[in-house]
Amino acid sequence: MSHILTATAAQLAARIAQGDLSAVEVTQAHLDQIAAVDGAVHAFLHVDRERALAQARAVDDARRAGDTLSPLAGVPIALKDVFCYAGAPTTCGSRILAGWVPPYDATATRRLLDAGLVILGKTNMDEFAMGSSTENSAYGPTHNPWDLDRIPGGSGGGSSAVLAAYESPLALGLDTGGSIRQPASVTGTVGVKPTYGGTSRYGLVAMASSLDQPGPCARTVLDAALLHQVIGGYDPRDSTSINAPVPDVVAAARLADVAGMRIGVVKELGGEGYAPGVEQRFHEAVEALRGAGAEVVEVSCPHFDYALGAYYLIMPSEVSSNLARFDAMRYGLRVGDDGERSAEEVMNLSRGRGFGDEVKRRIIIGTYALSSGYYDAYYGSAQKVRTLIAGDFARAFQVADVLVSPTTPTTAFRLGERVDDPLAMYKADLCTIPSNMAGNASASFPVGLAPEDGLPVGFQVMAPPMADDRLYRVGAALERLLPALVPPRLPGSLAGGEASR
Amino acid sequence: MPPVPLTPDDVARLASLARVDLTRAELEHLAPQLDVILDAVASVSQVAGPDVVPTSHALPLVNVFRADVVAASLPVEDALAMAPATSGQRFRVPRILGEEQ
Repeated sequence: MSHILTATAAQLAARIAQGDLSAVEVTQAHLDQIAAVDGAVHAFLHVDRERALAQARAVDDARRAGDTLSPLAGVPIALKDVFCYAGAPTTCGSRILAGWVPPYDATATRRLLDAGLVILGKTNMDEFAMGSSTENSAYGPTHNPWDLDRIPGGSGGGSSAVLAAYESPLALGLDTGGSIRQPASVTGTVGVKPTYGGTSRYGLVAMASSLDQPGPCARTVLDAALLHQVIGGYDPRDSTSINAPVPDVVAAARLADVAGMRIGVVKELGGEGYAPGVEQRFHEAVEALRGAGAEVVEVSCPHFDYALGAYYLIMPSEVSSNLARFDAMRYGLRVGDDGERSAEEVMNLSRGRGFGDEVKRRIIIGTYALSSGYYDAYYGSAQKVRTLIAGDFARAFQVADVLVSPTTPTTAFRLGERVDDPLAMYKADLCTIPSNMAGNASASFPVGLAPEDGLPVGFQVMAPPMADDRLYRVGAALERLLPALVPPRLPGSLAGGEASR
Repeated sequence: MPPVPLTPDDVARLASLARVDLTRAELEHLAPQLDVILDAVASVSQVAGPDVVPTSHALPLVNVFRADVVAASLPVEDALAMAPATSGQRFRVPRILGEEQ
């Protein structure tokens, strides 16, 4: 069974299609691994065992009936708990949505089901996707499979941990300021934030609508590309969806060729505040790409220095508005409805009890930034910085096909280390935020372990809007050029010690 | 950039605008944290000159309309299934008017 758990999604799909393995066997192996290790990792908020096995049986039946299977049919996947999936609880890591079961599927969820993927369950996250460690989940933190005392990244720490713990070969995430890429970085996995508008936001609980973008999480670059292909593309139900073909990310992942590609190292994303092992592995990876025929240039994006500040005005402003929907009237927690209190009093009480600290902080900052007298100085200025950041990208992409940087300044920090220091927590997203502000495609790929602590280092690749395929070319080249990362074996794990690539 | 540090009372006023009930302990805990955050983001207001156009969205957007075709809507029982309280085919909510009204 260990060979099932360490196999790639592409390998599993091929063996299922050949009839060499059944989808039920593959699903059962992953359910068994979840039972064996998730007590220690706590990556899942809900395991959807019976439906997963039924979906797997349907794939096996279709194969026996001679139907053509789609490229990932029968492969298990885990959903970040921000994706609506009818019939399964969707909590967003919040007490205010405890036990809420959505009456419909997100477009991404629907596309997975239509393509025959098997949904194992829902993964843990920082409440409403606000955080970089999953410690803001109302249901307790997720632990990094590389070191259970450390954070798995956030907000999508559950979706990165399931990959590194071999609980699932694939997962979906949502990236608003780095929530797919930073967790990928600290768990030695692959995470992609597609071009804004490249994947549908329909049926995801919104955090900051102008920044949110769902995307694939996987252990290999090809697996991420195959998943990107399934969920990507135009959706008339998302008013910001781009009506254009998905770039051929699968072909790019198979090509894995960077010869002649111009790679721009962003000067501002490095130096002081970056861990030595992160910088070392980053520069080694750049040299490996140069060795494979890429042309390396240095680019300057001076306004990236203001991205974090602008983000922490724009995002909370959108948060304060988006989270107004949690009003205790039509769904979610209702507190204090005693027949005496008014709707407004009940709303105040329910939101006070239902939201955690970080959500409250951001709602208050957003309310402040949008209040009259401060609007121009805060929100208005931040929107102008957004223009300047997009301009930096546009200039850099004139001299480079992709831009690169470390994904996050450090390796996984310890659980508890930054919980009382919101600003230190926010800095985990220093390198990832510019791509959300400008809407371009961006990804994190593993490039080795930091010598000082033996923990994974992520390499960020940024491509122009709708050039998502370039991310995969670079990522797949790195995967070929560098040694594979194998997470340590968890106590009780049913996965073998050797990961296959 | 906040001209004076935020007091717990300032935070209480903002929380009331945002319809979030905060305890006194939360107000005292949050006020200094919010100050630190607002101080850290203050530099943003000094970066762009008056000639820079604000960007609200990463992509140039135009309003989109779907075709005016009748489609199935959510059944009432599905829409009400997760309601905190219902009355017949409706959401039941606490009173919305004050005593004096």
